[in-house]
Parts: sequence; C-alpha cells; structure tokens
Amino acid sequence: MSPAVMQTVTLIPGDGIGPEISSAVMKIFEAAKAPIRWEERNVTAIKGPGGRWMIPPDAKESMDRSKIGLKGPLKTPIAAGHPSMNLLLRKTFDLYANVRPCVSIEGYKTPYTDVNLVTIRENTEGEYSGIEHVIVDGVVQSIKLITEDASRRIAEYAFEYARNNQRTSVTAVHKANIMRMSDGLFLRKCREVAENYKDIKFTEMYLDTVCLNMVQDPTQFDVLVMPNLYGDILSDLCAGLIGGLGVTPSGNIGANGVAIFESVHGTAPDIAGLDMANPTALLLSAVMMLRHMGLHDYGNKIQTACFDTIRDKKVLTKDLGGNSKCSEFTAEICRRIQDMA
Amino acid sequence: MAAHSAVLSMSKIINPFWGGRLGNTVKVFGTTLTSHRNKTLLTGENIPPPAKYGGRHTVTLIPGDGIGPELLNHVREVFRFSCVPVDFEVVNVNSALETDDDMNNAITAIRRNGIALKGNIETKHTMAPSVKSRNNLLRTSLDLYANVMHCQSLPGVQTRHKNIDIMIIRENTEGEYSSLEHESVSGVVESLKIITRNNSLRIADYAFKLAREKGRRRVTAVHKANIMKLGDGLFLQCCREVASGYPDITFDSMIVDNTTMQLVSKPHQFDVMVMPNLYGNVVSNVCAGLVGGPGLVPGANYGNAYAVFETATRNTGKSIAGKNIANPTAMLLASCMMLDHLKLYDHATMIRHAVLKTMNETRLHTADIGGQGTTSEVVQTIMRIIQSGGQLTTEL
Repeated sequence: MSPAVMQTVTLIPGDGIGPEISSAVMKIFEAAKAPIRWEERNVTAIKGPGGRWMIPPDAKESMDRSKIGLKGPLKTPIAAGHPSMNLLLRKTFDLYANVRPCVSIEGYKTPYTDVNLVTIRENTEGEYSGIEHVIVDGVVQSIKLITEDASRRIAEYAFEYARNNQRTSVTAVHKANIMRMSDGLFLRKCREVAENYKDIKFTEMYLDTVCLNMVQDPTQFDVLVMPNLYGDILSDLCAGLIGGLGVTPSGNIGANGVAIFESVHGTAPDIAGLDMANPTALLLSAVMMLRHMGLHDYGNKIQTACFDTIRDKKVLTKDLGGNSKCSEFTAEICRRIQDMA
Repeated sequence: MAAHSAVLSMSKIINPFWGGRLGNTVKVFGTTLTSHRNKTLLTGENIPPPAKYGGRHTVTLIPGDGIGPELLNHVREVFRFSCVPVDFEVVNVNSALETDDDMNNAITAIRRNGIALKGNIETKHTMAPSVKSRNNLLRTSLDLYANVMHCQSLPGVQTRHKNIDIMIIRENTEGEYSSLEHESVSGVVESLKIITRNNSLRIADYAFKLAREKGRRRVTAVHKANIMKLGDGLFLQCCREVASGYPDITFDSMIVDNTTMQLVSKPHQFDVMVMPNLYGNVVSNVCAGLVGGPGLVPGANYGNAYAVFETATRNTGKSIAGKNIANPTAMLLASCMMLDHLKLYDHATMIRHAVLKTMNETRLHTADIGGQGTTSEVVQTIMRIIQSGGQLTTEL
C-alpha cells in the first residue's frame, strides 16, 4: 500500500480538559498511523488594528491553509471584554452548518437504543441574530431573521450530506403554522432544493411533532435540517438520547471549504489536569473529520476500537461508569487499533 | 382572609347566579372579575351575561378538524350517559371556512359561557401569511395566558421512564407566537418575539400560586437568556422577582437545550416548570412523549375570565381521523378538568376514575400506545365501568 499523503489539520486544544483530551486523540491517531500532521494553535481573541476583536492571525492563516480544524472546549469569557471565541470562529470562517450525527453507542446504555440520525442546524442567523431592543420600559423585542440565501445554503448542504453519506431521507423541521413568513420562507427553500435531489426523500414536520415522536421512537428519523433555535434544542435533545455531550461528536462546515470539528461539552475545570477526562466526544469528532477528508478506513478503525473498548466495559472513565484514568482508556484504544492492523 | 370573604360575598351579591361557578378565580380576582365581565371591553363589544339555567351549565364546544369531532362526540356520549348537567353549545370553526365570522361567533360564545372544550383547528400554511392560526387567535383574544399541562406516568402504559410527575406552565399569548412578521427586503424576513414585563410577571405568579396550591416544592424557569439577553433575560428576572415572594418554594432556572437533554435522561429532577411560549411548546411535547404520547395528556388554557380545555399537545390527527383508532383518553381527561373547573367534582372523579381504570387495569389500549382496541371499544368500557360504579346512568 503506498503511503498516504500527509494532510495538515489545525488543532485547537482549548481550555480545561482540552489539552489532555487533544493529546489522547493525537496518541490514538499515531497508533492508527493516520496521515495527519497536527498544527497546534491558540485562538484566544486579541484586539486587532482598528480595535475589533479577532482571532490571532497565525491561527487564521493555519486554518485557511489546512481548511480542516479540530477543536477542544473553549471557556466562555465572562469579564475578559471580548465575545465568546465560538462566536468569533463562526463569524471568521462563516461556519454556516452545524452537523451532529447521533448514533447509539453499544455498551453505553441509555433508555433509547438504535438511534441513528443526523441534525443539521443553520448556524448563522435565525433567532440567534442577537438583535434585541427595549421598545418601551417593560416590553422587549427580539428579532428572528430568516434569509433566502442562508436557508438555501443550509438546505443544499443537508441534501449533499445525505447523498454523500448514503442517508435516505431529509426532514425539514419548522413551525410555519405560527411563524408563517419566516419558517415559511425556510420551508420553501428546502422544497426548491429538494427538487434537485429526487433520490432523497423529503418530508416536513412541525417542531412539536418532531419532539413528541423523537422521545417515543427516534428510529423514524434520518437527517433533520432546521433553523438555528430549533437546531440548538433538537441537537441537544438527540445528544441526550445517546448519552449526553460527553459522547457526542459535532462538526461545523463553513464557506470556502473550511470545516471545524469539535467536542461540544464544557471545559470541566474541576477535573482538568487530573487524568480523569473522557476523550470520546473529541475522538468521535476527529473520526467525523477523517470521514469528511475521505479517510474512511482510518475513521472506521478508530471508531470500532473506541466502541469496542466501551462495549467491553473493562476500561472506562468515570463518566462512563468505570474508574480508569484517561491515559488508561486511551492506551486501551491504541492497543486495540494495533491489534487490528 | 376577611378581605377574601368580603370580596366573595360581594361578588355573590352582584352575581347571585354564577357567583360560585368560576372556582378559584373568583377568590383571587374577586370584584375585578365581576366588573370585567359586565363592562365593555377594549374592542367595544358588550359581553353578554353568563348562561346557567336550572342547575345545568352551558359549555361551548368547538369540534375543530381531524380527530376533534369524533373525540368530542365521545365526550358528549359519556356525559349523556353519566347524566352530567352540562349542555354543549356547538360552534363549528374549521380551516375550510374563509371568513372570520365563525371565529368571532366562537369567541362570543366562549365569552358568554366562560368555558369551552375544543379540538384543534388546522392551520393550512399554504394560505397567505395574513391568515393567522385560529387556535392562536382564540387564545390571544380571550387572553388565556396560562397553558397548564400535568404530565404523569400512567402505570398501565409502557414507557422508557417511570414515575414522571411534571407540571408545565407555559405563557400562552406572547413570545414567539406574536405573529408579527414582515419582509423588510426581498429575501429577508424578520419575525418578532415580544416579551413583556406584565405577562412574564403574570405567568410567573400563576406558576408559583399553582405550585403552592398543589404542594409542589420546586419551580424551574426554562429560558435561553445567555443568547437572548434582553428578552429571556427579562422573563428570568420577572420569575426571580416573583420567586422572592414564595420562600417556601425553591426556584432555579435552566437553559432550554440543557433542559431537553435532562428530560430524556433524568426526568425525575423536574417538578414544576415555567417558560415562555415556544420553549413551552417544545418541553410540553417532549414530556407528553415521555409519558406515552399525545393521546394521554389533557391540557388547559386559563385566563382571568375564561378557561378552554383541550388535549395538551394540540394535534389535529388528520392521518387517523375517521378511522376509529384515536385515543379518547386525553380528551376525556380534559373534559374532567373542565368539570372540576365547574365544581362538578363528583362527576369529574367518576369519569376520571373510569378512564384511568380502563387504561391501567383492563389494559384495553388504542394503537398509539401499542394496543389493538378501537376508540368505541375503549369508550364502551369506560361507560361500563361508570355504570358498575353504581351511579345513576341512562341505559347503556
């Protein structure tokens, strides 16, 4: 087998448990001999010329060059004066789609089995435009913005994703009975895009019906596409179905081919540096990244090793119900990968 | 307490016929209520005096679309069978009609009777955006500001989580459902979410009063104030203000996405939840799903002067309409809530007991909860249990 071309990935370890889970992922990739070269960068915001907050130029340059990023958890600044880094990253790279595949993990028991769905959430507008006004004292107005372009873009991404990942149906989630114009526009764009993807089944469902059916029978859903707020709620709901944010991968797709994959849990400052963290979320996000890059074999190998370790239940971190260290968990996965080769 | 009884006796003097009919609301809102009913509203309409003749109550009935008409027919059947002293005034509002007359008739009828039982009216979103949701119009015109849903696990229904007991109080008139939208530039649509101090205080007050009345320990406010800092921030602030007046009840808050995650993994941590309109929609549907589905949970919409009862998740059920497979439990339990509101407690208990016995003991279930019974079979069984309960009934 000819050696694969090394591809560069910008690695943002993050804060709290970020550095330890990032090094766990790097170790596992090394064991799998994945052709990835990591470039570590820090994205703590700095004040650029003109006084506007921006991410450090070396981080931006690295990402523009490599186009692929893997990010650990970033702490939310409270009194630092600058906006949240996640928001900054989103704006810098126009990360318009947030993709979360939720697959039940065999071995990590939840009341819901056989979950296998993907939530695709529009990430730039909708209810999170941040446009709010106090009209008179005691009356506040928040503006939800829906545009044709953003709706079309996310719908196209959803159908492309479905086609590339052999998914059979795409469901648009909306509340067009109440928000006639805004969700109506979103729905119309989804319908238009669906015309070009006749091989994929397109359905529409109200948000409340989706919630109702999701907790009763999540197997009926495949790919879900929706505006920002509904996406936020539903993607977390689905994460809850498979076991929480500690085991859920996530990817953000931007314009110009940039894609940043991340773990969506917090920085867990109480266990930082104690070798207790669970690297599963970041690892599964890295697997998602490998698949995005076309390196399916490596992705499958690492995922299988990870799931086998969890199913075996012998070496598990505390949050998964065991009492092994992060390094032991990582070593076990590495061992399995090496045995597979 | 002296003030309360003075208010009550005064309201009885002013309105001897229906002084006691409006239950708790009279105690709390006393004279405001009576004068409200008799003076002209802001719209300029005269509210007709309430209807109650010969000890029988009149309730407005709105069949709606989908499974609404058949389920409400079953409710009428059960009421007739159990000799419930309620007459229904039927007002047909459905999505097929184009004009607003039927909606105005319905609203006038509810104003006259004070109480309604309704099925869901479908909103065809293929129509022009100026045609608003009729259900929403009903709620805002009558100022039914509190939507209350009590989710309880039923022992006879198979679910993934057991012993759930959550009360959800949802603001019912503003928030994301303000229906204020415009297209500022071609291809860019703005939808306004309105949060006001008055409505937030009102709903928080309702939630805490209800929690105290029912002996509940905790109220959780659900919000997204980290993103919608002004809007949900105002809501949260109002909840905190009201909470300070109820030191015996614990108050905490949770962000909506975390809430849904917690609901599917650890639902037992929740007691009473209060939230704005859209999150209420999401959370109430998640909870209904957790206890067994849309066919089981009744819901109520309360205002200062009126009350409208329906199923909690407000489904039209178009795909199962007319097939005799819909679950009548939610609508029947909603009608029992209505009877409680009318102070016909004995009848309410009798019917509720029969419905729950059918659900839990006979295990005669409709398709939505995994059984094979038809709607009529379930209703017949309920009536049989009512009859064997020894109460006065007509012939089966």
